Amino acid sequence: MEKTEQRKELKVSAIENGTVIDHIPSHSVYQVLRILNLTEYNDQLLIATNLESQKMGKKGIIKVSNKFFKSDEINKIALVAPSATLILIKNFGVSEKKTVEIPSKVEKIVRCFNPNCITNAEEITTSFDVVNKDDLKLRCHYCEKITAKDNMTFK
Amino acid sequence: MKNKSLVSINDFNREEHIRILDLAGNFERRPRQKILEDYVVATLFFEPSTRTRLSFESAATRLGARVIGFSEPGSSSVQKGESLRDTIRTVSNYADIIVMRHPKEGSARFASEVSKVPVINAGDGANQHPTQTLLDLYSIRKTQGTLDNLNIAFIGDLKYGRTVHSLTMALCNYNTTFHLVSPAELKLPSSVKMHIKEKKLGYHQYTDMSEVIPKVDILYMTRIQKERFQDPMEYEKVKNSYILRNAMLDDAKANLRILHPLPRVNEITYDVDDNPKAYYFTQALNGVFVRQALLAAILGVVE
Repeated sequence: MEKTEQRKELKVSAIENGTVIDHIPSHSVYQVLRILNLTEYNDQLLIATNLESQKMGKKGIIKVSNKFFKSDEINKIALVAPSATLILIKNFGVSEKKTVEIPSKVEKIVRCFNPNCITNAEEITTSFDVVNKDDLKLRCHYCEKITAKDNMTFK
Repeated sequence: MKNKSLVSINDFNREEHIRILDLAGNFERRPRQKILEDYVVATLFFEPSTRTRLSFESAATRLGARVIGFSEPGSSSVQKGESLRDTIRTVSNYADIIVMRHPKEGSARFASEVSKVPVINAGDGANQHPTQTLLDLYSIRKTQGTLDNLNIAFIGDLKYGRTVHSLTMALCNYNTTFHLVSPAELKLPSSVKMHIKEKKLGYHQYTDMSEVIPKVDILYMTRIQKERFQDPMEYEKVKNSYILRNAMLDDAKANLRILHPLPRVNEITYDVDDNPKAYYFTQALNGVFVRQALLAAILGVVE
């Protein structure tokens, strides 16, 4: 058992210092990169999708060298990857493990589903209050309509 | 309330609502008070709404303020493609307060964030129209002597009518019992019903309005629009069931009053107009007093 775990881990090389974001649903890996602004990241970044996972079937993983996220920054990914786990790496060793939590406010990253909302007509930073965390529901700060998980799209 | 924008009915708490209603009472007694003589009120109507605009302009003029603005986007820089952001930033240099109506939901909230001066929302798409709600509250209190413990019936289109939604939410602060009468397709949305349930208030749903009339203190009528129905046959079936005729009021309580946000089409027959229970035109007049109260309170010229 221990041996297989080790072999899996080696599919993506280890980083010396930084953050490993594990257990991302495979289809959400690119969204996570966008949400965390990693598409323009200019240090070492390792990305893998469709890895086998006992827990999830298929999963994605992102390893970001020399980057430690603030919790309100990393919690944004909870909208697309609530199952994600974070491993903080220092000197090739695990220094801390964390999970992500759905924040109480969501800014910028989500589009309001209401086509008649002013945020879809002009360039406006979107802002939502999370009114239900279990059955994800966001209330638009502007039009006051509820964007639910099923009609959520990302900017 | 000084310098505070009014975008959503929930921006003001119960005490502030009462404060506005009390102030509106003062303006009803003395409608002409030149307390805003040095002030400029901008009315920006990005979509036409003659009644609401005239009501605000009448309120401002009776207080001595100057009114600037436009009544439709065609006669403004909007037609040249100017963004709402830029229009509001510019106009907030010219006026002390902005009254705006806009077809997009959330536009008034956004305007209040980019404006240097307070913004009063005169309707943002299907979202909010808080001054209508305040004038409804004023009319209810005026005719019933209180806002507490009333039986209030809403009739007609309870699904799309933002007037009904905001008023329902506001009335949840006053231990109201709600009687909701609508065709099955146009029931009150569950998001609004949630507010009633949160406050543990009573509500009853009906499809037939006749049994409701003897039970209630306020009959709030709304218009049912044909375009709200997916199946035109359904509209034909229900369209005559939600029309109020004078003969239906025989068993009504003596204190019952009929409200309607106007414009009416055919949902209240003309023979009701002469019944002392008809209150909808006075309700529209009350809108002027409530808007006077809001302008004066937000500009800080009354305590």
